Amino acid sequence: MIDLEFMINTVSLGSLYALLSLGLVFVYGILKLVNFAYGEYLMVAGYAMYVLGTFTGVPWYATLVLAVLTAALVSYLTELVAFRPVRTKSLTAMLVTSFAVSVFLQNVVLITISSRSRAVRFPSFFSQTITLGDATVPLRNLMIIAITIILLTALTLVMKKTVLGMAMRAAADRFTTTRLMGVPANLVISAAFLISGTLAGVVSIFWVSRSASVDPLIGMAPLLIAFIATVMGGMHSLVGAVIGGFVYGLLFNVLSITLPASLISYRDAFMFVIVILFLLFRPEGIWKGGYTEERVG
Amino acid sequence: MLTIENLTASYGAITALHGISLEVGEGELVALLGSNGAGKSTTLKSICGLLRPGQGTIRFLGEDIAGRAPEVILKKGISMVPEGREIFGGLTVEENLRLGAFTSYQRDRYRTDLDEMFALFPILKERFTQAGGLLSGGEQQMLAIARALMSHPKLLMLDEPSLGLSPTMTDSIFELISDLRDRGTTILLVEQNAERALEIVDRAYLLTTGSIEFSGTPDELKRRVDIASVYFGGEDDGTCEVRL
Repeated sequence: MIDLEFMINTVSLGSLYALLSLGLVFVYGILKLVNFAYGEYLMVAGYAMYVLGTFTGVPWYATLVLAVLTAALVSYLTELVAFRPVRTKSLTAMLVTSFAVSVFLQNVVLITISSRSRAVRFPSFFSQTITLGDATVPLRNLMIIAITIILLTALTLVMKKTVLGMAMRAAADRFTTTRLMGVPANLVISAAFLISGTLAGVVSIFWVSRSASVDPLIGMAPLLIAFIATVMGGMHSLVGAVIGGFVYGLLFNVLSITLPASLISYRDAFMFVIVILFLLFRPEGIWKGGYTEERVG
Repeated sequence: MLTIENLTASYGAITALHGISLEVGEGELVALLGSNGAGKSTTLKSICGLLRPGQGTIRFLGEDIAGRAPEVILKKGISMVPEGREIFGGLTVEENLRLGAFTSYQRDRYRTDLDEMFALFPILKERFTQAGGLLSGGEQQMLAIARALMSHPKLLMLDEPSLGLSPTMTDSIFELISDLRDRGTTILLVEQNAERALEIVDRAYLLTTGSIEFSGTPDELKRRVDIASVYFGGEDDGTCEVRL
């Protein structure tokens, strides 16, 4: 049962979830805010693909790039308009704001487009499968793995080799002291939201392509997955988020093939049980980060 | 260089500074002394922008900087070594220093600045690629000071640099502070170890419960204030005895 096909599909699912969790943790690391509007960045990218693909003659590759940019831009704007004014207030104010942003964005598409799902066009190779030896896998899954490798490498370079990356790591560790170095608070926070939105946008391409449709509530499931994965992997480091994403993908696929058919629809419930076990016995997650719990003031 | 007038500051309902005034001249090494809770750190935090002061002015090189953001104040030339060193533990020594030079970075000058720091703190050269969190307390204090110096501050503020250090390490840190002054750096030093601080400073202010109780040269201070009472938080009412 554990064959090449299973391995490729699991690594692919894990890659997608790793990118997803990473986007959530980028903001959490610096603001200590679980951004419940995160799923909506993914939703917005989905609608960008729908609008561009349906009503314009923009080529598919430009559509995908523009969709990712839209998610990044919306993420940046929500920080500017919604989170920045309440940043120095309580963490509760921030959390409530993130719910408000989430509901607001959902309703924007509900009012301007529709509450029903809309079909999104993808180039045909998204649904092709290829055969490697005795394994038949969707080409999409191999693309996810390739893109994840590229993005993780790029992000690692940014975080390790650029001053902005160092400042972001420092800010996740000690936010106030980072400002004492002359690093503007708004700079690192905006950068975190931009990266977070970009990751949501990239994940959106593959998430939406599975059903080739988008609806206003499409962001809820990925938000939940990102949240669960980061709880398992560790909320306090980027490495933890990536590990959590892969562990989630692995557990999910293992459950899919080991659970008897009568229990398969309870797969999500099993995932929640695992999360509860983590919260009980290893609340810091698999990967203990070195970050301290300092609120942005 | 730095002139503070009638500065007040509070944490919510609790007033920590009741209108203090102090001055630091160019090239001076000035200490702020006092017991726990006297308002020393609050004063430094107000100057460097971590705490928004209530009333009063903080003039630095003629400009009122009260209430400005920390990143703005750093650019004006005030660099702070925070209490507890606050090293970025997950970053290497190199990265800590690089962030210290965040606003002042110039490629050619950066190399010479690093060499200068290695001359002052040879241990940092040995530990250059190690994570800051792996350094000992004293080494972290050196890194914190070096990191603050990387921005070429006109005024260096040190908050309790000897806290938690061994006596030998405390000696080296105090020696270093007085070296820095001799090289022309203006320094505002907060210390609980009043006796040691008075050996090296030009002038000192004595803070008790948010007000300046006394100011003058170390000799004047030693003559008129019971230094031991500074350590232990003074009399029952929290003030130190000043003999007039």
